[in-house]
Amino acid sequence: MSTPFSPVLLRNRRDSGPLCLEDYCSTGGYEALKATLNKRSPGDVLEMVVEANLRGRGGAGFPAGRKWQSVPKGRGGPKYILPNTDEMEPGTFKDRILVGADPHLVIEGVVLCAYAVQANHGLFFIRPSYEMDAELMEKEVGIARQAGYLGKNILGSGFDFDLVVHRSAGRYICGEASAQINAIAGNRPNPQKGGPRMAVQGLWGRPTVVNNVETLACLPGILQNGARWFKDLALTPTGSGSKLYCVSGPVVRPGCFELPMGAPLRDIVFGQAGGMLPGRSFKACLPGGASTAFLPARHLDVAMDFDALAAIGHRLGTGSIIVFDEDICLVGATLNMINFFARESCGWCTPCREGLPYIGEILRQIESGQGREEYIPLLRRMARNMDYAYCSFAQGAVAPLLGLLDSFEDELREHIARRSCPFGAVVPAPPGKTCATGPVTFGPTPCREGLSCRI
Amino acid sequence: MLPEDLRETLAREISLAEHPKEKIVDVLYALQSHYGYLCDEAMRDAAELLGMTLLELEQLATFYDFLYRRPVGRHILHVCDGVVCWMFHQYSILDHMCRKLGVEPGQTTADGLITVLPSGCVGNCHQAPAMLVNGRFYGGLTPEKIEAIIDELRASPDDMGPCR
Repeated sequence: MSTPFSPVLLRNRRDSGPLCLEDYCSTGGYEALKATLNKRSPGDVLEMVVEANLRGRGGAGFPAGRKWQSVPKGRGGPKYILPNTDEMEPGTFKDRILVGADPHLVIEGVVLCAYAVQANHGLFFIRPSYEMDAELMEKEVGIARQAGYLGKNILGSGFDFDLVVHRSAGRYICGEASAQINAIAGNRPNPQKGGPRMAVQGLWGRPTVVNNVETLACLPGILQNGARWFKDLALTPTGSGSKLYCVSGPVVRPGCFELPMGAPLRDIVFGQAGGMLPGRSFKACLPGGASTAFLPARHLDVAMDFDALAAIGHRLGTGSIIVFDEDICLVGATLNMINFFARESCGWCTPCREGLPYIGEILRQIESGQGREEYIPLLRRMARNMDYAYCSFAQGAVAPLLGLLDSFEDELREHIARRSCPFGAVVPAPPGKTCATGPVTFGPTPCREGLSCRI
Repeated sequence: MLPEDLRETLAREISLAEHPKEKIVDVLYALQSHYGYLCDEAMRDAAELLGMTLLELEQLATFYDFLYRRPVGRHILHVCDGVVCWMFHQYSILDHMCRKLGVEPGQTTADGLITVLPSGCVGNCHQAPAMLVNGRFYGGLTPEKIEAIIDELRASPDDMGPCR
C-alpha cells in the first residue's frame, strides 16, 4: 500500500460535469459487466462480494454480500433492486457528487447487483432536492438501454434487467429501507418493525435489495480487479475498499473526498479539507452525519472505518464529517438536530413521536438558561427510551445527545450553572415577537452576540 | 377543472404501470403543477384517477415536503435548517428568512409571492448556508445574496410552478 491512492469511485469526476457513456467506456466502463454476464455465475459474484467484505455505505454498514445471499435463488417471480439515493442525512452529499460525476458507474453497479441476485427490476429512488440528478439519471438510463447495458437480453447474455427513476416527494425517513418500500408502494412511508426480511419479502411482497448507491458503485471495481484488490485498498486490516468522505463545517475546503477506507480522521479534516479556518480550533465532529455521536478532539487519530470507530464506541454512519469548532455551542447544535429529527419522525411509534419533542424542550430550557441539574439524568433516561422505538431512526436521533452527555457533560453543566449559554447564544424569540435591528453576521463566522434577535 | 388532455395523459400513465400505486407521487406532482397546490379538487381528481380513497391520499399529501396540501406562493423557498447551515448562521438561516419576509415557517408573504418552508438538509453542506429556490440550489448565502434573490423573485414576471 505504498503506492499513492488513486480514486476509484470518483476517478471520473470532472469540472465539466457528468461523464457520458462514450467517455465512461473509454476508461474501462462496462468491462466488469462484460466480464461477468454469463462468464461468472451469480453465485460466484455473490461470493466475490462476500470475500471483498463490502459493507453498506448508507449508514448501517451491513455486509452487502450477506444481505444479497439471503435473497431466494431462482426466477420464481420478480425481484427488485432499490438503489437508494434518498440521501437526507445532515452533512451528507456524497451520493449527489457520485451520481452527478459518473452516472454509468452507478448504473453498472446496479446491473451487477441485479445479476448477482437475479433481479429484473430496479427503481432508482431519489429525493426531490436532487431533481437535476433524477433528470440526469433518466437520460443516462435511456442511453445505457440504447447501448444494450439495460433492458432485455443485456449484451446478448439472456439476462433482463431494467431500471426506472422513482421520484420521492421528500422525507428523511424514506431513506430507511422498509419505509422506502412503503413509499414506492404508495403507502404512508412508515418503517416496518423488524422486517419483514426485505431480501425475502419486500416491495410488493417480493424479494428486494435496498442499498446505498455508493455501495453499489463499488461492484464494477470488485468484479474487475478482484476481492483481494478491494480489501487491499483499505488502510485498516478489517476494512475494505475506498470511501467517500464528506467534510463540512468551519474548515478551509469543505467537500467530498475519496480516500482509502480507514483513512485517519486527522488526515481527512486537516489534510484533504485543509484544516480549520483561521482562528478556529477543532472541538469535536460528528463522524458520520447527524445520527452519530460527537467525537471529541482526543480521537482525531482514529481510523475512519466501521470497526475502528466501533472499537471506541462510535459509528462510521455515512462517513460525513461535520466539524465543530471551539466557538460553537454543542448544546445548541444538539438542540438543532433533535428539532430536526422530531420534525422528520414519521410519528408512527410513541417513543420517537413523543420522546424527541420532549428531549428538545429540555435542551431548549438548558440552552436558554433555565436548566436544572436533574435534567442531565433525565436526558439520559429519555435517550435510552429510544431503544423501544420501531426503527433505528430514534436511536440515531439521540446519538448526538448521548455524545454530548458522554464527552461534553461539562458544557451542559456550565449552561446550568451559569443560567445562560456560555457561548452567548440566545434561543430565538418566539415567532411574532419583535426583534431589535442590528448587523447580521453570516458565512463561516457564526454570529455570537445577539444572534437571531439582531436580524 | 382538470383539462381533459391532462386527465387522459395521467390515466394512460396509470394504466400502463405494472403497479399503479407506484405512480401516486407522480400523479400528485402533476396535479399540483396544474392547480398550484393540492386543493380539494386536486385530491378528488387523484382519488378518481387512482381508484383510492381520499383518506389514503390525504396521508400522503400531508406527509411529504414537496407536496403542498395548502396554498403556496408563486415562489417556494425550501430553507435548510440542517445542523451545518445552522452552524454557519446560528439560529438558522430559516429564522433569518422568516423574519426578513415577515412570515412564520410554512407561511406565504402577504402579497402571495413567496412561501418559506423548512427543509431538513438539502444536501449542499459544503456550500452552507444553503436553500432551494423553486427547487434550485443556492449556496454560500449571505444577507446580500438573499436580498438579491428576493429582489429577483419579486421582479420575475414568470408564474413559476411549484418546485419539482
